[in-house]
Parts: sequence; C-alpha cells; structure tokens
Amino acid sequence: MSNHVMQLNDVHVRFPIGANWLGRPKGFVHALNGVDLTVRRGKTLGIVGESGCGKSTLAQVLMGILNPTEGRFSSTADKEAGVQIVFQDPQSSLNARMPIWRVITEPVFARKRTSVAELRNIAVELARQVGLREEVLDRHPHEFSGGQRQRIAIARALSSDPDIIVLDEPTSALDISIQAQILNLLTELQQARGITYIFISHDISVVRYLCDEVAVMYLGQVVEKGPVEDVLGAPQHPYTSLLLESVPTMGVAGDFGQPLTNTDLPSNRNLPPHCYFLDRCTFAGSECRQAQSLSPVGGEKDHVARCVRATSGDLNMREGKENGAC
Amino acid sequence: MSDAAQTSKPRGLNINWRYIWYQISRSPLMMIGSSIIAIVLILVIFAPLFATHDPNAISLRERLAPPSWDHFFGTDEVGRDLYSRILYGGQQSIAVGFFVVVLAGGIGTLLGAFSGLVGGRLDTAIMRLMDVVLSVPSLVLVLALAAALGPSLQNAALAIAIVRIPFYVRLARGQTLLVREMAYVTAAETFHAKKRHILRWHILPNIMSPILVQTTLDLGNTILLASALSFIGLGAQQPTAEWGAMVATGRNYILDQWWYSAFPGFAILITATAFNLFGDGLRDILDPKQKAR
Repeated sequence: MSNHVMQLNDVHVRFPIGANWLGRPKGFVHALNGVDLTVRRGKTLGIVGESGCGKSTLAQVLMGILNPTEGRFSSTADKEAGVQIVFQDPQSSLNARMPIWRVITEPVFARKRTSVAELRNIAVELARQVGLREEVLDRHPHEFSGGQRQRIAIARALSSDPDIIVLDEPTSALDISIQAQILNLLTELQQARGITYIFISHDISVVRYLCDEVAVMYLGQVVEKGPVEDVLGAPQHPYTSLLLESVPTMGVAGDFGQPLTNTDLPSNRNLPPHCYFLDRCTFAGSECRQAQSLSPVGGEKDHVARCVRATSGDLNMREGKENGAC
Repeated sequence: MSDAAQTSKPRGLNINWRYIWYQISRSPLMMIGSSIIAIVLILVIFAPLFATHDPNAISLRERLAPPSWDHFFGTDEVGRDLYSRILYGGQQSIAVGFFVVVLAGGIGTLLGAFSGLVGGRLDTAIMRLMDVVLSVPSLVLVLALAAALGPSLQNAALAIAIVRIPFYVRLARGQTLLVREMAYVTAAETFHAKKRHILRWHILPNIMSPILVQTTLDLGNTILLASALSFIGLGAQQPTAEWGAMVATGRNYILDQWWYSAFPGFAILITATAFNLFGDGLRDILDPKQKAR
C-alpha cells in the first residue's frame, strides 16, 4: 500500500443538467462510471482515450477540485500542494500580465504570502531545473515560444514540490522536435525528484515512450489497464486494438482492420445496460448483453480488461480480426 | 528570443512608452484629444500662474465689460474677470470628473469582477439590483439624488458617481466571465488559490483595458453632467467658480453680453470633446478588433 499514492475505487461523477421548476435536475451527464485506478509512487501512469471519454473529469478528481459523486478516492499526497497540473495549451495557461518569476512561483505565493526575494530565489532555482536562463525571469509569457512556455508551466507545477503532477496532453500543442525535448525534460525531472506522473494523452507513441502503466478509458470507464508493454503490445479489449490501429504509421498505407459501423460514443445521458462498447464492437456476442467488469487477462494479475470474451480466452485479437470482420 | 520580444506587441498595462507614442502618433483623433487635454490640464492645474486677476475680486466699475486686453473673456455682473474664473472653475469641473470616475470605476469594477467570479445567487442578486438602477434614466436619478443630498458640488459628484456604478459593474462582470474561463484561472484553482488571489492577480489585470477606455469616455460625460447640475442650481454654489454655474448665471445676460455664457460653455465643450476623442482613440489602440461602434 505504501507505494500507492492514489487509489480510486468505483469512482462515479455525474453532473446535473437542466432543472425543473422545483430546482430538481431533469437528468444527469454521467462523466465517470466506476473508475478503479491505482497510482504508484514514482511511476508514470498513462491515461488514453478519445475526446469525451472522461479524461478531463478524471484529471479534476485527481487534482482534488471535484469530488466523486459515488465511490472512494484516497490520496496520500498533500491536499493543497501535493498535486499539480500542466495543461495542454501553454498559451492560455500562463497569465500574460505576470512576469515569468511570478508565474512560476504562483502556487507558493497563492497559499502563503512570501517575500519577493524568497520567491525570486525559488524561481531562479526552478528555471535552472527546467532549462530556462535566469535573465528571462522578468519577461512576460508572450515573449516565449510554445516549448519554452511549456517549460515555464512545468516549473510552475514543480514550485510547490508536489508528489504528483497531472500532465494533461502537455505536448500535443507543440512541434514534434520540441515534444521530444519536453518529454526528455519530464523524464529527467522524474529521475531527479522521484515525482509520480499521470499522463493524459491520446498520442499512443508518446504514452509508449513515457509511461510505465497505461489505462484505456471509454465512456467514463477503464476498459483495459496494465503495464504499458502488455496493453499496447498485446491489446485484449477490442477498443484498445481499435485505438492502436488508428495510429498512422510512417511509410505504411492506412489499414483499418475493423470496419467502423458506428464511430460515435454512446450518449452519456442514458447509459446502456450492456457492454458500453457493444454498438461499435465487431466481436460482440450474446454474453456482451450484460454489464462487463474488469477481469485479469490470462494468468497476469496486473493486466486487466473489461471484456468477457477477451478475459475468458474466447477472443484472440489476431485471429479474431479474420473471424470478426465478416 | 530578441526577435520575439520585438515582433510581439506588449498590450495593456505593460507600459512601453515608445509603443504608446507610436500608437498615439498614428491616430489623429487621439493626437488632437491628448493635446487638448494636456493644454487644458496645464492651464487649469497651474491656474494661479496663468490667471490675470483674482477670480473672486469684485470690481463694480468694470461690470459686464466685453472682452479686451485687460479682460480676455470680459467680466461678469459684479466685474469679476471671466478668463481667470474659467481657469479656476476648470479645477472644480475636472476634479469632479476624476472623482466620479475613480469612485464609480473603482467600486463598480470591484463589484462586477466579484459578482462574475463568485456567480450563483449572489451574482444574480447584484445584477438585478444594477438593472433596477439602470432602468431609471440617469439624469432623472442624478437630479433626485442630488436634490435629496442637498445642493453642493460634492453631493452632485457623489450622485453622479452612484448613478455611474452600474455601468462599470456590467462591463467588469462581462469581462470577468470571459477571463474566468482562461486556463490560467483553472490552474490557479488547481493549486487552491483563494478567490481574493484570483481576483487580484488574474481577473483585475486582465479586465483593465476596456474599463480604462470606459473611464476616459466617462470623464467627458461627467464634466458635462456636473455642469448640467450646476446649471440648474444643484451643483456648485456662488461664489465658487464652476463652468456650469457660470453658464447658468450668464444665461440672464445672453442677449446683450454673449461672452458671459459663451466662454464657459466653450470650455465645457472643448474639454468633454477632448476626453471623448482620447477615449475613442484609446479603445482603438487597446482593442483593434472593435473599431466600429
């Protein structure tokens, strides 16, 4: 347990929509529908999934700014300073009216009034760690490139000395060469400080590079999770393999093995009673008409999938492709 | 790095005088407006240096004298020098303008930003209250307030300030709703910053540009309104020199002694116009996207 910094048990989050004349909600948006996750100290957990699958809601729960409607979320990290976030768009996540040293030290300053000299010392040290020169500390965010801004955002996240940093697609707004620099910086910082990362992304290749474990999300649920080489190397859930196949590869013509009959996520207003992926799945059988639970795949207890056919050994993805494509 | 610093224009409150001068010199209206404001402010602030007579010195032998080399703008019904009285009177009018703008702008901006930031029922309550104030025509409300507070220039200024507050509240709240959605505010929330911190460091600095424009435009309007109140006797009282009050007394002599009303009236016109030109120019500089009103 000691190496678990965060634990989510069957976490549900729903938001009320509309209200009748009595002020009672007319319905709910079901953003998270039973998430079970364990975040291990000093490791990187990847969270992948398409837009609208509940990644950002999950990030808010992890940050402690949103409480689960149902289920249990426990964290050993300090409530205020222990978890920090780096956003996707470094353009809007840095206030243009503040000089860089103020931006970087804001998490410290916001909690406790600290002297300017002390804040500047913190900023100088952090700037060095993320590879920014000390002279730039008095400039404003618009004077920096995207990659440098993301370094500033990372320095800001580090300033309260957090145990965990949530990285919300930190490289998807950057050029490919800058992406690599930022990823290397993140890896170095992790080695130096032993920080835990939660890396939210839809970029499979980056997840493969950076993460130790990965959880695949679909409609507010984890459908498959496990060590990154197992999940991305031998995907068990049909949705994971669909995600992997939709990653374009250099020099290879697009081959979309699974014919897509329905590419929309089911509505999150009224959740289906059966497997959430049923409508899009080419392997669906009669046993998929009931709700699915996370079960170990084969003999490995770390690798779990929410698919009865895969976990019962009924479905082999490679052969299944031929059988299922009919 | 240095290219980036030169090509991206700092906007708003990061003061860059060369950039400001460049923008002002490109806009003729702004040039005219700021030149007139500069001249008027110098004349009025250093009134003792430029005045030729004591503004309150009575000289019954010279009553209602036409403009001459001795009295540039003529004299009034008790022989006071109108030129000197206009210089000193400007102190009153412009002070009222700044007082109103600072008071109404300050309170209105804080209230509006607070309202937009907290949201919910408190926000609704504040905005409905502002709607009530706005639903009464400004001039009528100012008249009622000034009459209730008693006729004096201070009370007139207070009444105008109270009436102007809702405009700032609405403007500030609207801008706050935009800024609140920015990722840096979400970021501040993730490190559990207090509302006061978010207001001070994120909301206020980022909503300032449109409010600054509103205050400069308001300066002209306030000077007009203060003069109007003095004109109908609810503002400055005799013998205080004030432009509106001078126009009002001069009205009795307008057919024979045109200069009595004309020069103070012209001072009001020039000053109000200059502040409006300046405000329009400032809006164009701070937000080039909404040039047309």
